[in-house]
Amino acid sequence: MSILIFLATVSILLALTGLAAFWWTVRSGQYDDPLGDASRILLEDPVDRPLD
Amino acid sequence: MAMTSHVLEHQDFSAFLRDGEDGRPSIDLLVKGARCTACLSKIEREISAMPTVTSARLNLTTGKLSVAFERGRDDAGAVLERLEGLGYPATPFDPAKAMAAHDAEGRRLSMALGVAAFGAGNAMMFSVPIWAGLFGQELGPATRTLMQWMSAVIAAPCAVYAGMPFFTSAWRSLRKRRANMDVPISIGVILTLVISFVETVLGGADTYFDAAISLLFLLLIGRWLDHQLRASARSAAGDLLAMQASAAVVVGEGGVEHRTPLDDIRAGDLLLVRPGERIPVDGVVEGGASDLDNALLTGETAPVRVGTNDICRAGALNLTGTMRLRATARSEDSAVAAIARLVEAGAQSRSLYVRLADKAAALYVPVVHSAAMITFLGGLALGLGPREALLRAVAVLIITCPCALGLAVPAVQITASARLFRRGVLVKSGAALERLAEVDHVVFDKTGVLTEGRPRLLDPVPAAIAMAAPLARASAHPLSKALSAQTGVSSLAEDVVETPGQGVEGWIGGRHARLGRAAFVGVPGAAPSETELWFGFDGDTKIRFAFADAIRPDAVETIAALRKRGLTIEILSGDLAAPVAKAAQALGIETWRAGLTPAEKSEAVAARGREGRRVLMVGDGLNDAPALANAHAAMAPGSALDASQNAADLVFSGEGLEAVVAALDVARSARRRALENFAFAALYNLIAAPAAMFGFINPLVAALAMSGSSLTVTLNALRTGVKARR
Repeated sequence: MSILIFLATVSILLALTGLAAFWWTVRSGQYDDPLGDASRILLEDPVDRPLD
Repeated sequence: MAMTSHVLEHQDFSAFLRDGEDGRPSIDLLVKGARCTACLSKIEREISAMPTVTSARLNLTTGKLSVAFERGRDDAGAVLERLEGLGYPATPFDPAKAMAAHDAEGRRLSMALGVAAFGAGNAMMFSVPIWAGLFGQELGPATRTLMQWMSAVIAAPCAVYAGMPFFTSAWRSLRKRRANMDVPISIGVILTLVISFVETVLGGADTYFDAAISLLFLLLIGRWLDHQLRASARSAAGDLLAMQASAAVVVGEGGVEHRTPLDDIRAGDLLLVRPGERIPVDGVVEGGASDLDNALLTGETAPVRVGTNDICRAGALNLTGTMRLRATARSEDSAVAAIARLVEAGAQSRSLYVRLADKAAALYVPVVHSAAMITFLGGLALGLGPREALLRAVAVLIITCPCALGLAVPAVQITASARLFRRGVLVKSGAALERLAEVDHVVFDKTGVLTEGRPRLLDPVPAAIAMAAPLARASAHPLSKALSAQTGVSSLAEDVVETPGQGVEGWIGGRHARLGRAAFVGVPGAAPSETELWFGFDGDTKIRFAFADAIRPDAVETIAALRKRGLTIEILSGDLAAPVAKAAQALGIETWRAGLTPAEKSEAVAARGREGRRVLMVGDGLNDAPALANAHAAMAPGSALDASQNAADLVFSGEGLEAVVAALDVARSARRRALENFAFAALYNLIAAPAAMFGFINPLVAALAMSGSSLTVTLNALRTGVKARR
């Protein structure tokens, strides 16, 4: 019985972490420009110093 | 828009600047043609490298570029110039419109959807043991109550949060003494939660926490799809609006040019209108001369010549010369405003249209709620305890919950509009599709819809064209353009001088030549005509080119296809009788009227409506806008003026009229799918409701039935427009 309560709590906490992450992605506008974000990942950052 | 270089740099864009978060001035620009990764990197790299710019970020989805400047060094003109140089013409975005475009409602729905998904998934974790217990597995009452409490703790707060969009909408509707679909949803969800709590406290077996939250989850999917459809249409439509005019160049003291939003222009301001721009407000010409294209304003095909002291109407397109214009009216008092008022009246009558889902709700709500009431009273009368009777009544509410109904229409409409979008048709709202499916009479505007809206050379003689082409290519006049469109590569005449309203002259291979009106070229005795051009070398024979507005290549097929679908066809035009009669004859359309004012057009459409016909209006001009707004459904080509696109339900891009047929087919298919979905939902309720009344429903059956019906409805929606696509 007590293991049930423990496992249930753990699983809900895990799911809450996921929900919080989703919440953050919405709040920080990560769904505002799906096309642009898909493109940006393909861009190379300009390298302004030689690699060591 | 043909804006020449080095013009923008000296204009003042301060009306479009807004203060960013850190006090730096920033501006939002709508960039045309930026659609790929390379565009994104090129634009951001080039613009942020400019000395006064601190940051530039392009939203590829909406095509908006946000540029922030160093404090006090805003230089929007240079940015626009740079973008133009890169090949991406841009327009400043009105700050007020930019703020309105911020999609707060979409975020709210996304969050509600996320919370509902979390709640449904995790409540289910505790529901599965409870369901197992229903089949006599080893689940003692104590464990069951524990599971129920866990389920309650997760589902209830999630349901309250995720249900808010429905609760607020239901409350708004109830305050207006009407019942929309959200009323039964809200009553069902709230009652389910309350009863389930009571059952949990009393140690009963029937709790429906998981049903309540998964119901909200499924409904939110429908709601989110619907919002997505409207948001994408709104931003596309908004872009079109922002792209066309909305700003004009006002010449201030000392000749400084200010780029000013239309609303800020006052009577008496001196305006500068370049070739390729539209006349922003009504005004009188003070300097310069040009030809005006009134096609979108009145439906006339031939350009009109204007010079000093002539009156120009807002909305006309300036074709050939730069003019200084003294504004005689503000934007909202211009000739356009009268038309705008007619449009508004039409739009109001259209908002009275009752959507399919709301019609269904009007039937559904009383039936289901009386069924639940009868269950409760009947249960009491048959000797059940009040608790058992109430549980059965709630089971009826849950099992008949309008899950399928809430999903039935949005799922169909999102599929339909996605299919149409791929064919270049933009659907502005779901209601538009529903209205389009009902039409039985089509009214076409002539100029720019049935015809191409621009002149085409009659009887082309290649040798003559080749001779005149070097001069024709040097002019922006529509007749010259039509002429040069007939040739491939050719040389350009030298030392070209264009006399607005008369013609062009220049040197071709060492000989002086003229192209233009008969009098200008030196043909004695020829009547002045707006549909012909003359060409000749000095002292040589003169050649005549005649033009006419050509009928769109697929117009005949489109008319035939529409007739085959049982629709009657009519032309209403503002053009003169002769060209309209000719077009009507060529297309085999018997019913036509010519020379109509915007108000007469709109009245003619409204009269059809009073006869009981459901009219689809297809038009592009400003003179069509009131008729578009008054028709049962309306379509406009992407080349139409902003006001017309605004008044239309669907906007089709590309050259073809066949989009009208495609849209009609998909709309009818969508209507069939939606009705099938309703029929399915009704059938399902006919079986499930009696079962619930007699107590055959337990939480497992409720969960299975609900997700099963939603899945069926969604799968059926995916069939929309499949046949039309082939």
